[in-house]
Amino acid sequence: MSKMLALLNWVDDRFPLTKMWKEHLSEYYAPKNFNFWYFFGSLALLVLVIQIVTGIFLTMSYKPDAMQAFASVEYIMRDVDAGWFIRYMHSTGASAFFIVVYLHMFRGLMYGSFKQPRELLWIFGVLIYLALMAEAFMGYLLPWGQMSFWGAQVIVNLFAAVPIVGEDLAIWIRGDYVISDVTLNRFFAFHVIAVPLVLIGLVVAHILALHEVGSNNPDGIEIKKNKGPDGKPLDGIPFHPYYTVKDIVGVVVFLMFFFAVVFFAPEMNGFFIEHPNFDPADPMKTPAHIAPVWYFTPFYAMLRAVPPMFGSQFPGVVVMGGAIVVLFFLPWLDRSPVKSIRYRGILFKAALAIFVVSFVVLGYLGTQPSTPGKTLLAQIFTTVYFLYFILMPWYTTIDKTKPVPERVTS
Amino acid sequence: MKKIIIAFLFAVTPMLVNASGDVHLDSVDIDMSDKASLQNGARLFVNYCLSCHSAQYMRYNRMATDLELTDEEVMKNLMFASEKIGDTMTVAMDKTDAQAWFGTKVPDLSVTARSRGADWLYTYLRSFYVDSARPWGVNNATFKDVGMPHVLWELEGLKKPVYETHKNAEGHEIQSISGYEIAQPGKMNSAEYDKAVRDLVNFMVYVGEPAKMQRYTLGVWVLIFLAVLFVVAYAMKRNSGKTFIKSFHL
Repeated sequence: MSKMLALLNWVDDRFPLTKMWKEHLSEYYAPKNFNFWYFFGSLALLVLVIQIVTGIFLTMSYKPDAMQAFASVEYIMRDVDAGWFIRYMHSTGASAFFIVVYLHMFRGLMYGSFKQPRELLWIFGVLIYLALMAEAFMGYLLPWGQMSFWGAQVIVNLFAAVPIVGEDLAIWIRGDYVISDVTLNRFFAFHVIAVPLVLIGLVVAHILALHEVGSNNPDGIEIKKNKGPDGKPLDGIPFHPYYTVKDIVGVVVFLMFFFAVVFFAPEMNGFFIEHPNFDPADPMKTPAHIAPVWYFTPFYAMLRAVPPMFGSQFPGVVVMGGAIVVLFFLPWLDRSPVKSIRYRGILFKAALAIFVVSFVVLGYLGTQPSTPGKTLLAQIFTTVYFLYFILMPWYTTIDKTKPVPERVTS
Repeated sequence: MKKIIIAFLFAVTPMLVNASGDVHLDSVDIDMSDKASLQNGARLFVNYCLSCHSAQYMRYNRMATDLELTDEEVMKNLMFASEKIGDTMTVAMDKTDAQAWFGTKVPDLSVTARSRGADWLYTYLRSFYVDSARPWGVNNATFKDVGMPHVLWELEGLKKPVYETHKNAEGHEIQSISGYEIAQPGKMNSAEYDKAVRDLVNFMVYVGEPAKMQRYTLGVWVLIFLAVLFVVAYAMKRNSGKTFIKSFHL
């Protein structure tokens, strides 16, 4: 043991190993009242690792070539040892990532985790969400099925709707006049190296920002305000071992759900892997109904809800982009003196509930072919989605709040 | 909080009862463990489908192992177009010929069961009917004006449609097929033909994803392992305030 200690000392003299361990784990004080909703941050990190590791193995056999891509995926599914298992982990992981991230974001909305002093933490989070969407979109082209091809065609054409430069912009993104081998190859480059690098950098920034300001909690109380004589927060407990052992339980439960899908329902009835994607990409044959994967459908519904103006789809694109951009302003839109939903009034609670319903309904509508009735519904819920943000300064100001206790409860 | 969750559930429910499509599909019983059915399906597949359609990602020796056949049995009875047992199920038919004969590309059938679904295939293969307006003398109620001839006609025979007239939503009278009557009997009766098609579709589902053979069994073991791991992890969490910290805390 003393030799191990000597080695540790040798390292510590040259690299802040013990210092980092203490700062981020054994002496990082987290509020002691975390609940169910606090599992999803560590789970997001777990899914990121699953995606990177399975992704590395997939790239060993995948071929980013329009003539070979579809066949190479089937090669992985049939001829590579455990290839099907790796591929299903990756495809399920993509959906799991969004489920976990959506729940993580919902937690932030409920407990006001975006409010001062965590504005930057929230902004890094929204940037991660954006990078994740880019990552998922470009990854979806790689199997080179019908939905890969036509989904990419639809989304890249959105850039063509930008006035004046749009057409050139779309060609610049595709590297061709249509989605082609060139596009597949560059999307592969972005999917396996460019975006993951950005994603990892942002995740590090997100965690550093979190550990700088400290974690929020279901009561929305700053635990750093109440410190004991030893300078440690009275309502805090060291992340390791208290939350590491708790998170391990969360990880195991998550993996049970995750592997239940991987082994028993990897297509998830067409929601995780769309059936038409088992037809190879065919530029001459447009599918009757093009729908993105479920995690993009709320935004797709918003895009379709906006009618073309002056012969251009651009307004729809603006609305769709705005739905994400507005998230960045959340810390300054919320004027409430309290953070957590526990001490907020009925207005905030109702607004949040309506917001969640509108997001889910838009998600459902995005999977369906448009009809006049459904388009009207999409227009109503798109409006509701934006009203949640636009009216926020007003309803959070007049909302009745309850007194926040000094110390965390339960 | 509870209200939010309840509202959420209400909103999600429509997703679970997602509408399936316009054409009514008969449901087929798929059973990967029924080796006799898979073997019969393989026999029908290589005899009736594999002359024009390929299954270019499926290897003969993989099929031999999974269907519990010997390589010799497969080479003697099920391999007509290839020479080596490690080959994939390709066809000799030229693509341009196919275009000229059928007016369309002949799709590869490796993953058709995954894109179309088993129920669709089962319904499709049972809904060919006599239509003298079509080049091959048959049409299909599931896939209108399909380019494919009724290759299984010697088994099923040929059917004439029975039409019924009813009014659609706008009040217009339309005709739709309500059933069939046999115009020329085949080698099988209706029940035997349904069973043969079921075996063929069962085989095509297997071809769509051979890993399905191991997926479920392995999945059960993985979930059992995780259940055990859960007990350990939970016990560790409960004890985290006591022994665990003393022994591992740095």
